Amino acid sequence: MSGPALEARGLVRQFGALLATGNVSFALEPGARQALIGPNGAGKTTLINLLTGVIRPTEGRVFLQGRDVTAFSASERVRLGLSRTFQINQLFPHLTPIESLGLAISERNRSGADFWRVAGTRPAIVAEIEDLLTRFGLEAEMDQPTHTLPYGKQRLLEIALALATRPRVLLLDEPAAGVPEEERQDILAALAALPSDVAILLIEHDMDLVFTFATRISVLVAGRLLTEGKPEDIAKDERVRAVYLGEDGHG
Amino acid sequence: MSAETTRRIEAHLGRRARWRISEIVFWLALLAVIFAFPSRAALINEILVAGLFALSLDLILGLAGIVSLGQAAFLGVGAYAAAILASWDQADPTLGLAAGALAAAVVGFATAPLLLRGADLTRLMVTLGVSLLLGELANRNGWLTGGADGLEFSMGKVLGRFPIGFTGQRNAALYSFAVLFVLFALARRLRQSPFGLALAAIRENRLRAGALGIATSWRIVAIYAVSAAYAGAAGALLAQTTQIVSLDLFDFHRSADVMLMLIIGGAGWLYGGIIGAGVFIVLRDVISAATPEYWEFWIGLLLVVLVMVGRDRLQEYVRRAASRVALRLARDAA
Repeated sequence: MSGPALEARGLVRQFGALLATGNVSFALEPGARQALIGPNGAGKTTLINLLTGVIRPTEGRVFLQGRDVTAFSASERVRLGLSRTFQINQLFPHLTPIESLGLAISERNRSGADFWRVAGTRPAIVAEIEDLLTRFGLEAEMDQPTHTLPYGKQRLLEIALALATRPRVLLLDEPAAGVPEEERQDILAALAALPSDVAILLIEHDMDLVFTFATRISVLVAGRLLTEGKPEDIAKDERVRAVYLGEDGHG
Repeated sequence: MSAETTRRIEAHLGRRARWRISEIVFWLALLAVIFAFPSRAALINEILVAGLFALSLDLILGLAGIVSLGQAAFLGVGAYAAAILASWDQADPTLGLAAGALAAAVVGFATAPLLLRGADLTRLMVTLGVSLLLGELANRNGWLTGGADGLEFSMGKVLGRFPIGFTGQRNAALYSFAVLFVLFALARRLRQSPFGLALAAIRENRLRAGALGIATSWRIVAIYAVSAAYAGAAGALLAQTTQIVSLDLFDFHRSADVMLMLIIGGAGWLYGGIIGAGVFIVLRDVISAATPEYWEFWIGLLLVVLVMVGRDRLQEYVRRAASRVALRLARDAA
């Protein structure tokens, strides 16, 4: 597939008089490792919600692998290959990792509405659950209710669930948020091991993580894209330093 | 990949699929009760039908987390569908049962979109409103429903062989038992399936369920229609085994009672409705025989205790008390 994996053209979103997103255009190439940064209130969450279909733009269009998905619901976009993780864990507290992953995989296979087959009887699904559990180091906790898992493991399950939908584009909303220092390495390792053909947009406050992970950075300020470029250029950019990085920033 | 992990994943996903000994004992005991108390067949039948009705509520409340105070709407639709069919000389019970379930499913499917927006309170009011509306429709269309007089009709024999109703009350209870068991087994199967798992996901976190690509609205519509069909089947059974229908089938107290039964027995594990119906109706029978006016006082007290203390803790008390008694008995025996 040529052309960008995900593209936004002239996205505008207004909440009453408040302009949350002002004419944002950007493209995410296949296999990209891009980061989206910006101070609090810059409209990062609104932009994610526009891209994933949680809210509709006032103006502008969203293209997923060249297809106009502006009118598509969030779950339709997931089935077309756009998946996300959440800044605050959005898991199924009383389901186990096995059940959560099995669910995500059967939805992707279009067998999620099957009301007659007993779950766990398709070898291909079981094998894929096992593969994801192994890759994210969740085997030990796989049959425990999710709410009993350590926080870092829950963050890993967040990413594993998104990956179980086999996305072409993955939006990671602050994957390391709130993770204690001793579990942070697991998250970083998991991010580094994500499939290289999946385009990834990382929304993050943690500058170490951004500069380790991303090969391209977009800066969002007051709902508008201020600039976009390679990490070393962004680090040197005086405007970015002024509005975002502050005095203790990188560079 | 290790064979051991693979096996554990399969076992974990299918862990509730196998019928446990305690479940088999439960159903055999229920069947035995019908034969053991022939003089109470009408009461037992009432419990079985109410159990099916409560099971229908468990399908939406327990599995999908959708609250309803209007389940009586489907009970009424199912009962009237079966009764009207019988009054047109289509008296075969199986046919009436299917008609009742189907009619209720259609109404459920048509009203389900009303449940997709809003929170629990909205849903309580919408479901309550729908049941009031249907009750009034039945009242106004007396040419079809008999209005305030209700309908009387005679039923044919089940499978052409077994008379039910006042002349065959044990047959009626056995008929209800068979229908309850088959529908229960279907519900149990559904709960184990990927569809059942998706409902659990919607109940636990609808936002994330949508983010995994689940078309949450359609799943809610589907289970609501199935639940309505179950309630409709319960209504048809009620009509067929009592051979009368009246407008009080749509009453609010029916929706409230069935919610009580399910809460007493516990939502989400499918047996709660049947057990709750048993407790509720036996208590009502026993208490109202002793103090006819005050039986609701005791049901009310039970409900408050259940909700305040919590069923888990209550079960723990009972278990501890039982083991203490067993210990003392063992000591005395020694």
